[in-house]
Amino acid sequence: MRELDVKFISEAVVEMCKDSNYILGEDVIRAFQKGLEEEVSPVGKEVFKQLLENARIAREEEVPMCQDTGTAVIFVELGQEVLLVGGDFEEAVNAGVRQGYQEGFLRKSIVRDPLDRKNTGDNTPAIIHVKLVQGDQVRLVMAPKGGGSENMSTLKMLTPAQGVKGLENFVVETVRLAGSNPCPPIVVGIGLGGSFERVAYLAKKALLRPLGSPNPDTFYADLEDKLLEKINNTGIGPQGFGGRFTALAVHIEVFPCHIASLPAAVNINCHASRSVEKVL
Amino acid sequence: MEFKKITSPLTDEKVRNLKAGDNILISGEIYTARDAAHKKLIELLEKGRPWPVNLRGQIIYYVGPTPAKPGQVIGSSGPTTSGRMDPYTPTMLKSGVKAVIGKGSRNQETRKAFQDYKGVYLAATGGAGALLAKTIKEAEVVAYPELGPEAVRRLVVEDFPATVINDIYGNDLYEEGRRRYAREK
Repeated sequence: MRELDVKFISEAVVEMCKDSNYILGEDVIRAFQKGLEEEVSPVGKEVFKQLLENARIAREEEVPMCQDTGTAVIFVELGQEVLLVGGDFEEAVNAGVRQGYQEGFLRKSIVRDPLDRKNTGDNTPAIIHVKLVQGDQVRLVMAPKGGGSENMSTLKMLTPAQGVKGLENFVVETVRLAGSNPCPPIVVGIGLGGSFERVAYLAKKALLRPLGSPNPDTFYADLEDKLLEKINNTGIGPQGFGGRFTALAVHIEVFPCHIASLPAAVNINCHASRSVEKVL
Repeated sequence: MEFKKITSPLTDEKVRNLKAGDNILISGEIYTARDAAHKKLIELLEKGRPWPVNLRGQIIYYVGPTPAKPGQVIGSSGPTTSGRMDPYTPTMLKSGVKAVIGKGSRNQETRKAFQDYKGVYLAATGGAGALLAKTIKEAEVVAYPELGPEAVRRLVVEDFPATVINDIYGNDLYEEGRRRYAREK
């Protein structure tokens, strides 16, 4: 067993809160550059120009690229040979979020109760997903998630008979209804299979894949391409102003499921497709 | 890309010149308000009490900025989703507000209100909070400080970029843009 003090997890989370909000990934920057070159709508082109300039300012001046610095969603892959010491694991993650959002001048967007709406004041609690894996390392991925795009996400229990056609219609309809709200050009994360709760997790996980890295299964890679084309054919365009770039990417994550079910979830992300990783 | 320059406060005359699809640069005062502040302003109207700030002819910006770093006028300041303000916007326009800035489509009733009360709906680029903050030269909380990022702030902006979505003639850029670029059977 390798002992790891949870204070190192807190410290890593502090840095990840800031970095994920200040520095947009190279994959997303490349997608913006492609959009700037290829978008046919002039007002859509102007959006890409602004987004590239925005990312530059955020990175150089260490300020949040978006004022919605999100719910702190943290994926943890915990090596089963790691012994965590020095305190409570979840509290260590939340302590990192608390300090990171304070020090980083990030917005605190979490309310303590969905109905009484009082702000917790420190952006905690984080949403933490833990998976046990082999080895003696801890891999942390932080992906702050904005409310505007999260609100446009949908889950549907399709029937097996609806099949791939049913899935395509559900995905395109979700994007169409979302329209200009989730800050297009969007990234579309699709979960397929599993169970009611697993499929939503898969959709979120699909958003973590770098843009331009297709599903390793060629059937799903082709389906991702086909769905991207259909979504871009809606004409919604950058910011919904009309254009050819409604989505930058479509990612599908799949899991086996029950003979009676075809769970499908669409998690929409805005163009600020933020995530950072640290391995301890 | 050509930009029309406008200065606030707005008048019927200035609003008449704005058409859906126009790219504009705003200079002058604008006021921030989002969900919680709208609720409070509407409650005051219902009780027949005056507003803490005079918003006649003014532009409201739906934004909840991040905290300012030392030396910054304001933190990142991009628009939030406007649809959540739909229940309040017709009353705000009726009370003299001339324009609102946000992102995302409005419902039928709100779109009609822009025509009825000669107001315009403008979109700023969602997610461009760092860029938009650069155009904000002054910021001060003028009402509801207890609301934190949702407090009402008076901003002075210089060449704040926005796009006209709904004009006083009933046009809607979101619908027209989608129609123009759609490739569906």
